[in-house]
Amino acid sequence: MSRFSKKGKKGMAAINTASLPDIVFMLLFFFMTTTVMKEVNLMITVKVPDATEARKLEKKSLVSYIYMGQPLRSFQKLYGTEPRIQLNDQFRDVADIVDFIAQERDAMDENDRNKMTVSLKIDSDTRMGTVIDVKQSLRRAQALKISYSARQVEEL
Amino acid sequence: MGKKELSPINAGSMADIAFLLLIFFLITTTMDVDTGLQRRLPRLPDEDQQEDSSDKIKERNVFVVLVNKHDELLVEGKLIDLHQLRQQARDFIANPNNAENLPEKETKELPYFGSVYITKNPVISLTNDRGTSYGMYLRVQNELVAAKNELRDEISIQQFGANFEDLTEAQIDAVKNYYPSVLSEAEPKNIGGK
Repeated sequence: MSRFSKKGKKGMAAINTASLPDIVFMLLFFFMTTTVMKEVNLMITVKVPDATEARKLEKKSLVSYIYMGQPLRSFQKLYGTEPRIQLNDQFRDVADIVDFIAQERDAMDENDRNKMTVSLKIDSDTRMGTVIDVKQSLRRAQALKISYSARQVEEL
Repeated sequence: MGKKELSPINAGSMADIAFLLLIFFLITTTMDVDTGLQRRLPRLPDEDQQEDSSDKIKERNVFVVLVNKHDELLVEGKLIDLHQLRQQARDFIANPNNAENLPEKETKELPYFGSVYITKNPVISLTNDRGTSYGMYLRVQNELVAAKNELRDEISIQQFGANFEDLTEAQIDAVKNYYPSVLSEAEPKNIGGK
């Protein structure tokens, strides 16, 4: 018993906070390296469909994105409400896809070019007509590996 | 000259600065990963190449899936519901009862499995109208991919006691030969207009 009473009389020692910056810096570096800034400013609404069989896309550096959907409200005056294609930060046409793919491919490392994947982020209300046109352009551009972007769910 | 002693830099605010940066990155970070159905588009057919190979495929070896612009599903000439599709596709790919109207079977020599009696080369052909909604199209694709994945998982568990995704490379190849990927995206036809 005497042991405990002795200890109590000592009073609380202040916690040493000297290592706090180190801990915080460690966390900071973790988030700095893992963070991915939003690649594009979406000017369209894209609500991708759900799928149970969706799989993770490996290696983000090998993936190019094609977005498709209805323009946002602020762009509807200019571009209408029909689904449009967005490549990088601009509205584009189907005809521009071949050039876009060539550009993306040029920007890639030479060894990785045949592993290039095109992720199609398409709104689920889009009609297949435009999607077919996009797919045909992709075939013309020899970009055959594609991924229909979908949200992974357990049950539909 | 006043010889002032060099006072050490006060590092007390270091933690605050680091916290500020940390919070910035915490907020901007997006942890979401892109998921999707990965597929391979067929090559464009050569201009001079005759399309005679497609004619040779027997009718019983082809599973025809049509989706019209009202998102209705026609499978092998019958109007069916989406949730029936998976089972029908499974029956088609595996043909467990060796039915007359389902794909032909043959005996094949496969690593790990030995001699097996499996379907010869079944093809699922998916055709859609230009007016079909993308959401419906992807759900149909999803069902067809799910049918294939379920079959592969079953045979993997039966043979190796593990899910398809956990197998070694050689085992995966063997299972892929057992149940090949059969979905073919038909050449688009301009039907129904926009």
